[in-house]
Amino acid sequence: MEKFSSVLKTTFHLSYAVTRFLRSPFDTPKGSLRNSLWLDCHRKLVTTKAESSNNSWQPGPCLSFSEDERLLKDAVRKISQTFIAPKVRSMDEKGEMDAELFKELFGNGWMGLEIPVEYDGSGLSFTQACIVIEEIAQVDPSTAAAVDVQNTLVNNTLLKWANSKQKEKYLPMLCKDTVGSFCLSEASSGSDAFALKCRATEKDDHFVLEGSKLWITNSMEAGLFVVFANCAPEKGYKGITAFIIQRDTPGFYIAKKEDKLGIRSSSTCELQFQGVKVPKENVLGPVGSGYKIAIESLNEGRIGIAAQMTGLAQGALNIIFPYLHERKQFGKRIGDFQGVQFQYAEAFIELEAARALLYNAARMKDAGFDIKKEAAMAKYLSAQVAERIASRSIDWAGGMGFVKEFGLEKYYRDTKIGHIYEGTDNMQLQTIAKEMQKAYGFDRKSHHM
Amino acid sequence: MKVLVTVKRVVDYAVKVRVKPDGSGVDLSNTKMSMNPFCEIAVEEAVRLKEAKVASEVIVASIGPSQSSEQIRTALAMGADRGIHVEVEKELPPLVISRALKSIVLKEKPSLVILGKQAIDDDCNQTGQMLAQFLDWPQGTFASKVKVVGEKLQVTREVDRGLETLELRLPAVVTCDLRLNEPRYATLPNIMKAKKKPIEKLGLKDLNCEPSYGLQTLSIFEPPKRQGGNKVESVAELIEKLRNEAKVI
Repeated sequence: MEKFSSVLKTTFHLSYAVTRFLRSPFDTPKGSLRNSLWLDCHRKLVTTKAESSNNSWQPGPCLSFSEDERLLKDAVRKISQTFIAPKVRSMDEKGEMDAELFKELFGNGWMGLEIPVEYDGSGLSFTQACIVIEEIAQVDPSTAAAVDVQNTLVNNTLLKWANSKQKEKYLPMLCKDTVGSFCLSEASSGSDAFALKCRATEKDDHFVLEGSKLWITNSMEAGLFVVFANCAPEKGYKGITAFIIQRDTPGFYIAKKEDKLGIRSSSTCELQFQGVKVPKENVLGPVGSGYKIAIESLNEGRIGIAAQMTGLAQGALNIIFPYLHERKQFGKRIGDFQGVQFQYAEAFIELEAARALLYNAARMKDAGFDIKKEAAMAKYLSAQVAERIASRSIDWAGGMGFVKEFGLEKYYRDTKIGHIYEGTDNMQLQTIAKEMQKAYGFDRKSHHM
Repeated sequence: MKVLVTVKRVVDYAVKVRVKPDGSGVDLSNTKMSMNPFCEIAVEEAVRLKEAKVASEVIVASIGPSQSSEQIRTALAMGADRGIHVEVEKELPPLVISRALKSIVLKEKPSLVILGKQAIDDDCNQTGQMLAQFLDWPQGTFASKVKVVGEKLQVTREVDRGLETLELRLPAVVTCDLRLNEPRYATLPNIMKAKKKPIEKLGLKDLNCEPSYGLQTLSIFEPPKRQGGNKVESVAELIEKLRNEAKVI
């Protein structure tokens, strides 16, 4: 009997240990490495940024907009459909922006979206700027690219880093009539942006810039350029400095304009700097802060690209969805065939998801949160979704989708750039991976307590 | 002089509406609503008068649901100075609207009231005319041109016979037709400025108005679907069909 009961006890203890191990980690014995790690991760994930940082955070759907924002959307939509839509095809074919169009963009306050009213800007929030960009992109992703670079890259960099003299001089120009360009990439440095070779040699009251830039958006029309050059190559990226350079500076040339697959009317040029003298008062931010300035600007600029891509996807659907309900085959509207319905239902799901990530990231930025991960996710997803939706839309349109006249094929060509500029897909994924490692404490710098 | 302009929140002109299954009305859930296009023209005309320094102040009024404040804000973004929002739950017929507007006119004392000629949801074409009657003011309806000449108003009207120009003493009521002007788009800075312009909230009681409906909508139904046409072989057959099938002669 005793032997039997001791066998029972052993079995009981063994099975107890096994079941304990398999039960919820919350009541496992301390010291179990696997389960305390799980607990740590669980705790870290549960405490979201919003809950931990900001007491004034108000919950609400990320796709709800205030009355002002709805008015804004409507106004931009009307103007885009009236002034931009008729010119889209010819601008794409010629590969250049209509001169009258830029006047319209400035006149409506679209080139100074977030610049405060005292500098002649429109005084919008970042989310509202994204609303504007998304609406424009529904009609023309190319014009949206020009407006996006102006606002989220050039204007915002100056807003953050310019001193009061620079703000007074340059911000009103950017609002009224001056297009801006953000000049970081070079022939040998794209993703590896900070291996840039453009040199800035310091003299007594100025710097001398020598080098070239490639893939610079807006440059054919721009009057103001934010240029990144290294004034101390021996310090590596810590020598990179941002400079404000105006168009007609001697030695500064706008060279070859690229003939592109998509966003063709947005100018993309090579820039040459041959002994360009830049006065010291044109240094933007502290000397050697170029890396920080560029990274922060690009992190936010990504959300602007997400807005452009989301608008593009919506724009393609705006064209194809009514067509699906006009075109009949086999006696039935194409949009009523179940197979097609399943496909466009999926497209709308993806669009909604991309839009939710976009506006969530935008709202978080307005609320002051660090948005490296959210911005990368929004840009990555929206570029993927835009390409899938534009591609599918052409499939649904059949032959009509393949001809330029219908207007759909342009969206397909325009999506490709979303995977490339302001950080390629792989760079976004890498950023997200690093952020997640940090969040879980698996990055090389974190240590377990 | 002060100008009062009215705006109405209606279903957007581009929307394809659906009738509710019980026939009680049009399905407005998830429907895009906008400012009545003729009201946009009215606001534009008022703002142009202000820019020409003929009008000193432009007041925009709307009698409608709480969301009508969006239309008032749009008018403010176009250039109106302040707004009046009379919040009502149910849509009111022109007779009640014009009585309420009369109270607003007596309160604000404008010299000119500009309205759209009709709303695109009910196509009544009555409010402006009724308001003029209640105020005992001259009216220039279906205006395609408005000019202030001294103390008088010259209104060119589009009528069935062509164009007719009237001279009205001020104060007067004008209703706008399509070709009066091309309404402007609100620029972004103006939309942001409009946030700061005041909108006064009033109830029908404040205007000593009873929401007595008088008219009652019994049912709303779709017009019969358009039938295909027929080709006829001769004039005799045409007359026979017009008489016996279409029953129009």
